[in-house]
Amino acid sequence: MRFPLLALLASGPAHGYELKAQLEQRFGAVLPPLNAGQIYTTLGRLQRDGLVDDDAVAQNGRPNKRVYRLTGEGQDELDRWVADATPSPRLKDDFFVKLVLAKAANIADPLALIDRQRGAYLQALRELDDVAAQAGDSTAALLVEGAALHLEADLKWLDLCEQRLGADR
Amino acid sequence: MTPVILTRGLAKDYDGVHALHDIDVEIADGEFVAVTGPSGCGKSTLLNLLGGLDRPTRGEIELAGRRVDGYSEARWALVRRSDIGFVFQFFNLIANLSVADNVELPGLLAGLSSKEARARRQDLLDGLGIAEHADSAPGHLSGGQQQRVAIARALINRPRVLLADEPTGNLDSASARDVMALLRAAHDERGQTIVLVTHDARVAARADRVLAMRDGAVAHETRLDDRGDMSATVSRLMELEA
Repeated sequence: MRFPLLALLASGPAHGYELKAQLEQRFGAVLPPLNAGQIYTTLGRLQRDGLVDDDAVAQNGRPNKRVYRLTGEGQDELDRWVADATPSPRLKDDFFVKLVLAKAANIADPLALIDRQRGAYLQALRELDDVAAQAGDSTAALLVEGAALHLEADLKWLDLCEQRLGADR
Repeated sequence: MTPVILTRGLAKDYDGVHALHDIDVEIADGEFVAVTGPSGCGKSTLLNLLGGLDRPTRGEIELAGRRVDGYSEARWALVRRSDIGFVFQFFNLIANLSVADNVELPGLLAGLSSKEARARRQDLLDGLGIAEHADSAPGHLSGGQQQRVAIARALINRPRVLLADEPTGNLDSASARDVMALLRAAHDERGQTIVLVTHDARVAARADRVLAMRDGAVAHETRLDDRGDMSATVSRLMELEA
């Protein structure tokens, strides 16, 4: 949540409520439900680290509103985030660890594990497709497409696991 | 209730090689089943046996409670006409007939009056969004539109079961999605029983049940459902990807 908030503040000062609304508007259907508490907790940490600061704006008959803005350090941090490529290939896969050990320690039939995993991925793909249908042509839909492509790759990889294990038997 | 399709010990050999062995499947009325697996796993062979396009070496097939595995070609032709609709990867439309005639022809062959065939054809083409192309030659339509014509043709006799062999295999992803939505609608709105063979996981994921085949046998089956609550789905999927 840190970098999305820094990024939104780059276009101008805002208070927590506005930031939450902007995130919801940009990411729509694919954003897990946000609560205001998470936003304010993150803003508090960013402020502690000197990346944002706040100004109190007086309001008629109500407590002051805190408007957050990016500091110079915050801008540097944001620039670094934008410039860095996101880490890509995952060489960590919990299922793979389970599969290797199930076979090595002879605690479960690896093919049964693969079949169960395939079922779980298919169900996930089904649900993603439903989300995609509801997301229409929004920005959110693009993220859903990405997740669906990853799942399709995961399913192909399960086929590969199955072939290799089958050949070893 | 009597299943629409039931097989017992269904097997097919080609030159002594077991292409399919001991298949026991039961497909209920109104079910949408996808059959997946790598090429050569026997999924198309299974579909061809179910539709009478090929004959089993051993085993039984019941279609809506009737034993059909011993049927002659002539009797199979009648069954295919009235009880089974086919959709293929390459559409298989008749090039020198109009879209309307392609759709009506199987209806007329099955004994519908020309009035009834026309009414059904109009209904289907409307529902599939291609009514404006009724007088066109199939060759003038895009792949996705041709597959819609093929679906209309397959449904005109209101078959007990629709058999589809890689129906999206020759389509771009947007057309594939449209075709799947139409098959899904035929299933959801009219209770059409569908058995669909595909190597594409995304297509298979639209079915209610997925049979994964391996080496000529059904290795695994998964039931899929719509869980409805989108925000819960998104949170769970994000965790899955994390």
